[in-house]
Amino acid sequence: MELIGYGRGSAERLDATFTALADPTRRAILARLASGEASVLELASPFAMSQPAISKHLKVLERAGLISRSRDAQRRPCRLEAKPLGEASGWLARYRDRWEGNFARLDALLDEFQSDAKHSKRAKRRRR
Amino acid sequence: MSAQAKPQLAIATPSDREIVMTRVMRAPRELVFDAFTKPEMIKRWLLGPDGWSMPVCDVDLRVGGTFHYVWHNDSDGKEFGLHGIYREITPHERVVHAENFDQSWYPCDVIVTTLFTERDGSTTVTMTQLFESREGRDAAIESGMEKGVAASFDRLEEILA
Repeated sequence: MELIGYGRGSAERLDATFTALADPTRRAILARLASGEASVLELASPFAMSQPAISKHLKVLERAGLISRSRDAQRRPCRLEAKPLGEASGWLARYRDRWEGNFARLDALLDEFQSDAKHSKRAKRRRR
Repeated sequence: MSAQAKPQLAIATPSDREIVMTRVMRAPRELVFDAFTKPEMIKRWLLGPDGWSMPVCDVDLRVGGTFHYVWHNDSDGKEFGLHGIYREITPHERVVHAENFDQSWYPCDVIVTTLFTERDGSTTVTMTQLFESREGRDAAIESGMEKGVAASFDRLEEILA
């Protein structure tokens, strides 16, 4: 229900975004890129990981559209792309909104049932 | 009703396959349990955004029993459904069901565990949505589809902050 209003293409894109974000190394890479572009070598240095392992993570991020890599010769710096993150946080906001709406309606329904129950108890007592 | 703070909805992602929602309801758990399992109550609140109603709400509340919800958009007439099967039921305490959209893009069912715990007349509802298999999700990822919502929302918010 939380995906109402999204086409399938969009749902798949969100899934790719969330899958990419599910890994701690990839989140750390994104956090690093939030402060400016960096090369694979620069990105690999804080991790106890080989450059090919980092490149694999970068491919996942690139496929999800979360980063782009310039064709700038050998260095090929990576850059954060904000749009999918915006969509994902928009999805999260809508998910929360929907459930907050559901629970607010449930609050009202439960109040109604509880006050009905009180009234009918009082009515029963009056009949006695 | 005393002047307490409005109950807050908490959403967390303890693993890459789970989303957990927690919300306190100011009612005894028998009543809250009914609200989650009786059609005449479900169709009055489980509606998502404004403008939707639930013309179909079939519930066969027993282990192995199924449910089917259909939502209807009152302005454009669009409809979509969710179906599922009950796997465990402990009255007033716990329900486990598997669910999927009628026209699903997910590679596997989502297992939803709903817990009801009462304290001082209020009931805490904890709903855990779990993607059924890592294999299913991984297969989907390897096929290049990268389906399966696997988020760390809290950390996402950190990145965005």
